Amino acid sequence: MNFPILSVITLTPVIVSCLLFLFPSDRKEEIRITALIAATFTFGLTIYAYFSYDMDVAGYQFVEKYNWVESLGISYYVGVDGISLPMVLLTGMVIFTGVLISWGIDDRPREFFAFLFLLASGVFGVFVALDLFHLFFFYEIAVFPMYLLIAIWGWKVTREYAAMKLTLYLFIGSVLALVGMLAMYFVSGLGTFDMIALQDHEFSRQFQIFWFPFVFFGFAVLAGIFPFHNWSPVGHVAAPTAVSMFHAGVLMKLGAFAALKVGIMLLPDGARYWLPLIVFLALINVVYGAFVAMKQQDLKYVIGYSSVSHMGLVTLGVATLNPQGITGAGLQMFSHGVMTALFFACVGVLYDRAHTRDIPSLGGFSSKLPWVTVSFIIGGFVSMGMPGFSGFVAELPIMLGLWSAGSISSEYFIAPYFTWIVMISVIAIAITASYILRVVQRVFFGEMPSEFEGHITSSTGKDKIAIALLAAVLVLLGVFPGWMAPLIHSGARSVMSVIGGV
Amino acid sequence: MDISSYQVSSLIAILPEIGLLVLAGTVLIMDTVVRDDRKHLMGVTTALGSVLIIVLALFYARPTGESIWGGMIRDDMLAFVLRLSFIFAGGITAIFSLNYKSVAHRGDYYAIMLGAVIGMCFMASASDLILLYLAVETTGIAGYLLAGYARSNNNSAEAGLKYFLFGAATSGIMLYGFSILYGITGETNFVNIAEVLLSGDVALSAVLGIAMLVLVGIGFKIAIVPFHFWAPDVYEGSPTPVTGFISTASKTAGFAILIRFFIVGFTGSEYWLPIVAVLAVITMTFGNLVALAQTNIKRLLAYSSIAHAGYVLIAFVAYSDLGVASAVFYLITYVVTNLAAFGVVILVSNTVSSDNISEYAGMSRRSPFLGLVMLVSFLSLAGMPPLAGFFAKFYVFAAIVKSDMIWLAFVGVLNAIIGLYYYLVVLKVVYVSPAPDGSRPIEISNISKIVLMILSFGIILIGTASSPWFDWAYQAAIELF
Repeated sequence: MNFPILSVITLTPVIVSCLLFLFPSDRKEEIRITALIAATFTFGLTIYAYFSYDMDVAGYQFVEKYNWVESLGISYYVGVDGISLPMVLLTGMVIFTGVLISWGIDDRPREFFAFLFLLASGVFGVFVALDLFHLFFFYEIAVFPMYLLIAIWGWKVTREYAAMKLTLYLFIGSVLALVGMLAMYFVSGLGTFDMIALQDHEFSRQFQIFWFPFVFFGFAVLAGIFPFHNWSPVGHVAAPTAVSMFHAGVLMKLGAFAALKVGIMLLPDGARYWLPLIVFLALINVVYGAFVAMKQQDLKYVIGYSSVSHMGLVTLGVATLNPQGITGAGLQMFSHGVMTALFFACVGVLYDRAHTRDIPSLGGFSSKLPWVTVSFIIGGFVSMGMPGFSGFVAELPIMLGLWSAGSISSEYFIAPYFTWIVMISVIAIAITASYILRVVQRVFFGEMPSEFEGHITSSTGKDKIAIALLAAVLVLLGVFPGWMAPLIHSGARSVMSVIGGV
Repeated sequence: MDISSYQVSSLIAILPEIGLLVLAGTVLIMDTVVRDDRKHLMGVTTALGSVLIIVLALFYARPTGESIWGGMIRDDMLAFVLRLSFIFAGGITAIFSLNYKSVAHRGDYYAIMLGAVIGMCFMASASDLILLYLAVETTGIAGYLLAGYARSNNNSAEAGLKYFLFGAATSGIMLYGFSILYGITGETNFVNIAEVLLSGDVALSAVLGIAMLVLVGIGFKIAIVPFHFWAPDVYEGSPTPVTGFISTASKTAGFAILIRFFIVGFTGSEYWLPIVAVLAVITMTFGNLVALAQTNIKRLLAYSSIAHAGYVLIAFVAYSDLGVASAVFYLITYVVTNLAAFGVVILVSNTVSSDNISEYAGMSRRSPFLGLVMLVSFLSLAGMPPLAGFFAKFYVFAAIVKSDMIWLAFVGVLNAIIGLYYYLVVLKVVYVSPAPDGSRPIEISNISKIVLMILSFGIILIGTASSPWFDWAYQAAIELF
């Protein structure tokens, strides 16, 4: 029996979150150090898993399966493929950097790290799940700690409203998806929640068309799909830094990932039927998100809406239903995850010092916070899709996939317009450039307003490690995509072999 | 009854009830002989005795699945599992009662509570109209006394009287239904009644009428709309440990007779199911919507418990082995979870002497432990993993989807969201609102702390290693079909 690496990755955070409660609440430093050790350990394991995945064999690896509730065919069933493995790595990276960034939290750090780790366990659990029930179980675990994290440690002005809005949106989506999943379970007649077995089952076309929207949109709410994106920027803004990083960096991917794994891979005919609508909505995400971001005065809102816009690209890539598009979507999920985590880390460091995120009243921070400035600019380049940065590596295949989706899948009435969709998306990326450059210029350059003079301290060593790591990954993926793109491509091919029909 | 049929096995089957009776006698004797400063020993004895009975029952009184005592009692898994949960609830309630001044040092209080538990045990196992009615009355009368136990308190007196008036009226209506049923079929045993009804000689209108009359009595016990009016006032006025007891054990006992009477006795005549489905929808929606507006934690839990009865009714409406299994599982988790919630309420009200939700502000700072127990129990009630309530709701929705009533599943999940909202609002007060100035830490006795830890651990255990519990519930269910 091999080392159960995925179980260890999934369960370490939740065990640590229980262990943290053994500390008296006033031993804050010990609590932080324990959290950091656990996060480092988990991150190390995800790196190890990532590089020991055998790409020649591909398919699902590190598989573990145990009966959970045997009489209903529920099992604890985990394994990773080319799509989910980068997500696991991303989660490991975000929990590690998130703990570093949250060092300064002084209000009940024990509870904070416990809930954060619980959230991390939930996220890991979803990414490695090969069983529908298992996926849903961990999906819910990933959702509700957000409420507490935002409501307790969030930005005082909007935290209660934002936390409740977020929780209700995500919970409504997930329970609707649950009913769809139960319908699949009973209609298939297989008596198992095993996703791989369900993939092989041919549901009737009528069944798929009826249930696909429930399942797909139920999960896509978490990916911030228009018009259900509203919770997302509000939540980003209200959340404390590490939670924003988690939320935008990882949690939104959870929605896209589950929508792909459950919605599209189990109900491919339904996906093909609803595809025009999805493409249309995703396009609105891309364009509308970018335009709204341009108008924002609050730094976090800019990034929040840019997330809405970029997640639209992920959905577009998934909706192409061809290998290029799905590869691009996978890369975009990883790249965008690291990028927003970086953005929010930078904004967090900035806010801790300036105590405002109002763009017009900031300025000239490059002299005081050079690390933050450089990292933010790198993130900005990724966001604009500059060649040499990971954003380009991700967005190019999405556009290629979209372009060819139009020529191949001519049965859809929108097929002739796919080239237009590509062009509109590219223009939206240009809008991204305009608002990112505006933010960089206003916040980091120019003259520092007089009220900040003198009391802006430089970033701490831990902050530097966190943002430098994230920025380095973005450049590394941009310059040398070879360590990830083939992996995701292999995952995309196995997705294609399940949904077929291109 | 034939004397020769007395067998050791028949006695062993009612070992828990015998044990409870002995325990009640012991506590009454202790009340007269124990010195005043050691009166708390009676509560401890009740709790330890309950634990002992559970352990003995697990080892020696496993169900045989047979009808005993001349068909009066059905010794099956359903009865076994539910009886254990009643005794468990009784034991936990005894410990909680130690923290509640007006009942803590009264031997008769514990004895009456054990009497109620005996009644519930027979409700779960009764397979005959006569024993069923006796059991319902035993439970009911003990319950009225418990609710009004704090006589000097007007609210408690009101609660006792209200509970009594509602209970007497509804059980009278139920008895009327029983008498018509006996008049038509000439039988009192559920199995024989089912045979007569299956033969098709009985008019449909009579069957429906009887079902409705009996449903009134059961509806009162399980507090479903429109027989719920007593619940908020009784919950609010009763001594809080009693509230916890009534809202968990008594409700579960009501469901036990609902399941057995309608599934064993009314086999093959499911015309009344749509009516129950409508009641389930109304109950859930009403309970959840009214709970939104509550400012008193006991009333909030009262309305939430009305809503929970609605979820169990959904499982019942599924009318399948999976449905009954999910109902039984739901009840088990509900007992454990709600007891934990009421445990916190009791301990908090000891310090702040009020049950207003606003008094819970900053509780996670005044007592991180109680805050955490509250978090676990409320999120479990809301149906969040990895807690027991998640699996419970999951099984219920699975059962109803399997029975092809998708619309009911949608009503259920949307209701779960309303529930989530008000549970989160309370948790927000506990975790986010600042504590009032000058507030003291909340003191918890060690024994309460241990019990709350056991309950919280149980909630997490059922919510992760769900399989053995579900298998019990499933076994209970397939024996009925």
